[in-house]
Amino acid sequence: MGDASVAAQIANKWRKKRGSLIMALHELQDVKGYVPWEDAMELAQAMNIPLARIYEVLTFYNFFKLDAPGKAVISVCTGTACYLKGNDKTLEEFKKQLGINEGESTPDKMFHLQCVRCVGCCGLAPVCVVNGKTYGRVGAGDVANILAEWRKKFEDESKE
Amino acid sequence: MADMSEIEKRFDIHEIAKNKKQDLDRYVCNIYCCHSTGCKSSGSDSILDLMKKSIEEHGLQGKVRIVATGCMGLCAQGPLIRVEIKGQKDVLYKRVEPLISRIIITEHVVPALKLEEGQEFVLPDFLQEYVLSLDLPFFKKQEKVVLKQAGHMDPEDIQEYIAGGGYLALEKVLKTMTPEQVVEEIKKSGLRGRGGAGFSTGMKWDFASRVKTDGDKFIICNGDEGDPGAYMDRSILEANPHGVIEGMMIAAYAIGATEGWFYIRAEYPLAVERIEKAIKACKKTRLLGNNIMGTDFSFNIDIRLGAGAFVCGEETALINSIEGKRGTPRPRPPYPTDRGLWNKPSCINNVETLANVAPIILKGADWFASFGTATSKGTKVFALTGQVEHSGLIEVPMGTTINEIVNEIGGGVPNGKELKAVQTGGPSGGVIPTEYLNLPLCYEELKKVGSIMGSGGMIVMDETSDMVDIAKFYLDFTVDESCGKCAPCRIGGKQMLLLLEKIIKGRGTKADIEQLRQIANAMQKASLCGLGQTAPNPVLSTLRFFLEEYESKVAKNEK
Repeated sequence: MGDASVAAQIANKWRKKRGSLIMALHELQDVKGYVPWEDAMELAQAMNIPLARIYEVLTFYNFFKLDAPGKAVISVCTGTACYLKGNDKTLEEFKKQLGINEGESTPDKMFHLQCVRCVGCCGLAPVCVVNGKTYGRVGAGDVANILAEWRKKFEDESKE
Repeated sequence: MADMSEIEKRFDIHEIAKNKKQDLDRYVCNIYCCHSTGCKSSGSDSILDLMKKSIEEHGLQGKVRIVATGCMGLCAQGPLIRVEIKGQKDVLYKRVEPLISRIIITEHVVPALKLEEGQEFVLPDFLQEYVLSLDLPFFKKQEKVVLKQAGHMDPEDIQEYIAGGGYLALEKVLKTMTPEQVVEEIKKSGLRGRGGAGFSTGMKWDFASRVKTDGDKFIICNGDEGDPGAYMDRSILEANPHGVIEGMMIAAYAIGATEGWFYIRAEYPLAVERIEKAIKACKKTRLLGNNIMGTDFSFNIDIRLGAGAFVCGEETALINSIEGKRGTPRPRPPYPTDRGLWNKPSCINNVETLANVAPIILKGADWFASFGTATSKGTKVFALTGQVEHSGLIEVPMGTTINEIVNEIGGGVPNGKELKAVQTGGPSGGVIPTEYLNLPLCYEELKKVGSIMGSGGMIVMDETSDMVDIAKFYLDFTVDESCGKCAPCRIGGKQMLLLLEKIIKGRGTKADIEQLRQIANAMQKASLCGLGQTAPNPVLSTLRFFLEEYESKVAKNEK
C-alpha cells in the first residue's frame, strides 16, 4: 500500500465525525512516526480543511512531530517528582553522550532525545522511556548502558 | 422477574451479577497482579504471563484465578502481587521478579491449596523478604471510596464490575429518581469538583440542567491531567473505567445531556485503551445506546485525545481541543454550561468527581457527607511523590492532616533527612512549610496558606531542596505551556522566569524580588484563564515562606 493511501484512509474514517482533526493526526503519527508535509497536504484535501488550520494545530501541541525522529526515541521525564530526584542530570548526560540537544536526533538517525512532562510513574522516579520501554530509578550512570542496549538491539536487527 | 425472556436476561444487570458471582465463587484462590502504568513499567506484563503458565502447569486453572488489576497504590514497591486464598491470610508481595512469581506459585499457592480446612499456611522464610505487611499505616490509614475496588477487580471485565454492584446506581437513578432528585442528592452530599477549583458539583449540574436547548447538550469528562507529578486520574481511569462511565451516565440523566465525551491525555495510552474497551462493553450490554435499561434514557459516549498541552485542562481550552482546534481559552462568561462544545450547553466534570457519583447515589448523600470536614466532604485521592518513603497513590478523608499523610501513610522522609515542605496543586499551587504540618487538607485551609487542593498532586521535599529552584521549575513549566493568547501570562511569566534565573545565578538584587511580586500580582489579576492567574502561585508561596532563601541569593549584591 502506498504512502498516499494512509492519509486517505484516515481521512475517510474521520471526515464525517465531529472534532476529528486531532484524532486523525494522532493516527497518522502512529503509522508514520511523525506527520510528513505530504500527508498533511493530502489530509487537508481529503478532509476539506485548510492546510494552515492543520499546521496551526500541529505546531500548538507538543505531541506532534514534524520531522522524522530517530529510531529510538528517548523520553526523559521532567515532571516534578523526577526533577526533584535529579533527572535533569540524566538529561545532561544523554545530551553529552549523544552530542545533541533535546528535541534533536543524532546524525545517524539512531536516537532522538526529548523531554516529556510526566509519564505518570512518579513512584519509580526518576524515569526515562525509550520506545515505550520504561526505565525507573535511573541516574546519569545508567545512560551509557541504556544507549548500549539499544545500539546492540539495532545491530542485531540489521544482522537478521 | 419470572416472565423475563432469555434475551432480556442477557442484558439484565441482576442476572449478569448473579451468574458472574457464581462463576467467581468457583475459585479458591485469587491472585491479583497490579497492571497499571507504574507496575507495568516495572515488568508486571511478563510476570502475569509466567504466573498464568505456571498455574496451567500445575493444572490449577479451575481453582486459581489470575487477575490483572488497576493500581494497588504503593507504586514505588512494584510490581505488586496480592495472593488471596480462601481460609488463609492475604499476602501482598512487593518488587516481584519473574523468578519469584513462579516461586510464589510453587511454594505458596500450591502447598497452601493442599492444606485441609482450619490449617494455617506458614510462608517459607525466603519469601518473607518480598512480603509487604498489610498492617502498614500506608494501607490501614486510607479510606477508599473511589479506589474501593482498584486492585481487586479486572478493570476490563464489565461483568465483574456489575457483580460488585456496578450500574446499580444507574438503575436506581433511571427507575426511581427524577433528574431533579439526582441533582438534589449530589448537592446534599457536598461533593465538590476534584479537578482543583472545588466548585460544587451539584450546583454545576443544577445550572446545566436548567439550560434549555433544542438540540444537543453535552457532558464532558476532563481527563487531561496535566500537573507534572500527579497521576490520580490516570489511575482511576485505569483501575475503575466503568465507575467513571457510570458517574457520567448519571450526570447525563441529571442534566439532560444527549452525548458524553471523554477528553484524555494522549500520554496515557493504557487509560485510553481501558475506557475504549469499557465503552464497547457497555454498548454490547446495552448500557449505552437507545432506551437504556428499558427506560426513555438514551445516551452515547465518545473519546477525544489531548496532544500534550497543559492549558487544555482549562475548560474553554479543552472545548476548543475537542473541536479539533488549538487549545486556547476564551473569556468566561458565557460559561460552558450555557455555551460550550459546538456552542451547545456543556457540563465539564473531572474524572475523580464522576467516580464519586455512583457511590453517593447508592449509599446516600449522608453517608458521603460523613467523611471530611464541614465544607469539604468525602475523600480525596492524592499522588504522594517526591522525597517520601512510600511513594504512591492514596485516598484519604478530606481533613486528614499533612503530618498523617507524609509521616504516617508515607512513612516519612527517607535517608535520615528532614522534611522541609510539601507542595500541593502542582504549577498552580504552593509550598506548605513544616509549621503547618497539622493543617487539615481541605479546600479552604489550603487556600489560607497560599496553596490549592489542585487535582491531588502532593510532592514531598526534604531539607536539600532549593525553594527558589523549585519556584523556577514550576514557572519554567507554565511559561512553556502558556498558550500565548493574553499578554499578562505570555509576557509576565517570561519576565518572572528571567528574574528568577538572574537571582539563581547570583546576579539578583532586592529590587528584583520586589519586581517579582509586582508582576505576580498583575498576572493574577489580568490573565485570561486559570493557567495565567495561578502561574505565579509557586513563586508567591515560596516568597512568603522561604524569603530568606531568596534574600541569601541576592545578599552579596546588596553591600
